[in-house]
Amino acid sequence: MSVSVDVVSSPLTVDPSDRKRQRRTQKRRANVTGWTFVGVSTFMVIGLSIFPAAWALLISRRKWNLLSPPKDIGWKNYGTMVHDPEVWAALRHTLFFTALFVPISILLGMLIAVALNQRIKLVGFYRTAIFIPFVASAAATGILAGFVFEPNYGSANDLLRRLGLPTQPFLESPTQAMMVIVLIALWGQVGFTVVVYLAALQDIPKDVVEAAIVDGANRRQVFRYVTIPELAPVTVFTAVWQTITALQLFDLVYTTTRGGPIGSTTTLVYYVYQVAFQQSRFGYGAAVSYGLFALTMIVTLFMIWYSRRTKIEAF
Amino acid sequence: MSLLRAVEIEEPTSALPKKKGWLPFSGWHILLMPIALLFAVPLVQMVLTSFMTDAEINSFPPKFIPTSINLGGYQQFLTESLAPRWMLNTVVVATISVIAHLILCSTAGYGYARLKFRGRNFGFFAIVATIMIPTQLLMIPTYVMFSKLGVVNTLAAAFIPWLTSAFGIFLMRQFFLSLPKELEEAGMIDGLTSFGVFRRIVLPLAKPALATLAVFTLLNSWNDLVWPLIAISNQDNFTIQVGLTTFQGTRRTQWSALMAGNVIATLPLIVGFLIAQKQFVATMTFSGLKG
Repeated sequence: MSVSVDVVSSPLTVDPSDRKRQRRTQKRRANVTGWTFVGVSTFMVIGLSIFPAAWALLISRRKWNLLSPPKDIGWKNYGTMVHDPEVWAALRHTLFFTALFVPISILLGMLIAVALNQRIKLVGFYRTAIFIPFVASAAATGILAGFVFEPNYGSANDLLRRLGLPTQPFLESPTQAMMVIVLIALWGQVGFTVVVYLAALQDIPKDVVEAAIVDGANRRQVFRYVTIPELAPVTVFTAVWQTITALQLFDLVYTTTRGGPIGSTTTLVYYVYQVAFQQSRFGYGAAVSYGLFALTMIVTLFMIWYSRRTKIEAF
Repeated sequence: MSLLRAVEIEEPTSALPKKKGWLPFSGWHILLMPIALLFAVPLVQMVLTSFMTDAEINSFPPKFIPTSINLGGYQQFLTESLAPRWMLNTVVVATISVIAHLILCSTAGYGYARLKFRGRNFGFFAIVATIMIPTQLLMIPTYVMFSKLGVVNTLAAAFIPWLTSAFGIFLMRQFFLSLPKELEEAGMIDGLTSFGVFRRIVLPLAKPALATLAVFTLLNSWNDLVWPLIAISNQDNFTIQVGLTTFQGTRRTQWSALMAGNVIATLPLIVGFLIAQKQFVATMTFSGLKG
């Protein structure tokens, strides 16, 4: 058996200034190691979000088509924005979508999650069927929706005909198009709220439910007085999250109606896209996107404040 | 915060006693069956329609099942567009994104979870803060930045936004924080460097989190529309998503080709979902934002 001995060359008495130097090099080495691990990622995340976000504020004070040199015009773009009827129309369309999409996706998500949390047959099939549209891209979803809601031979009108109901123009009607987009968005994204609620339901301690049953609560009372309060924080979080998503609706509009018919589905982000990338008004586009950012922040903060006031700890 | 973690959906947990009803089956089926069909049928219809001829699709009343398997739609989509090229581009973009994400987010996540260094809190705070910045705010400045850097119209414009992400770093950091420290300390005592500990001890334990991260990145980079749409106008460098929407713009009524394109663009992810449903569901909780 061989014994290996590490020869440690540390004398028993160390000069204090030496020890200080040693500690300093150790610290420096730790800093180098640390930044080797996090440096690239941190630099890229900041470079691709905080830096451009700040730059957008500068761009929003310019008149700029990227070809001729930018002209600094102060806050004028924001003044234009406030008086731009198209911005107000886009805001109305965006809020209409949000007001329908957010509550329905939450209620539907909660309902489906409760149902999927029952011990019944076929649960695996139901779960797969409900989650699978989530992986379909906005492009594929939009094209598929265009086919399903095609007024002449689409299956939506086929179904209405079979039920003896009048057929509808759907995406070709200025009054119906946005509602159809709500349906399409729900189809693609309800999976998200379902997963969140399923996880929350599974976090409810079983003994709380059992205690309520022992105390004589029936199924409805258990749901009303145990389940719903336990789900409240998740509901607040989901509502905030879905609102932020809804206010930024773009993809589905682009892949179904491209803002039409007669501009009836032009949302704020779609308007930013048109202004900047089709009309080359980059300064004005940046101003509108900052306007939307401010709106999103105000709505989010209001929702958080309101939930705090009603004593729901979600954040 | 409950949402910023990857959840695993377990078997049903309802603790409510079973109610004996008047139906021979549970009443929940009356709710779930129609909903499940509404979600699944359009996708089935997409696949079936892709095998029809346009004449068959335009017949009245509409048919659901093709009379014979017709590959005309696929042929048209693959030959009348640059679809094979677009698919290859998408595979390249997704592969680079996933690999970069795995490397960059796991190292950064480990650094912020375990290592002590100057600027750690500042760096982590900055990363978390970026979660609040919406994509729409970044569209214009990022485009300008890309055009100054000369990446506009190259594939790089499609994958640069997905090389790393605040969500990925956050996910990995949370995972590493949940590991017991003892193993890493033992590794240090055995003379491994921080990087050795990370590679030999920590990473092998992180496989589940890495799988979730990989699926998250695959979904986002494969399905991304906004970045390639605004930054790439050269057909050769389209991803399949942008290609599909331009194809749609010029052939609004050629449904068999459009549906074939849809199947080609979606099938890889659907198959992936069916194989690794657990990982996909885990990522759904923090990728609720589909752009």
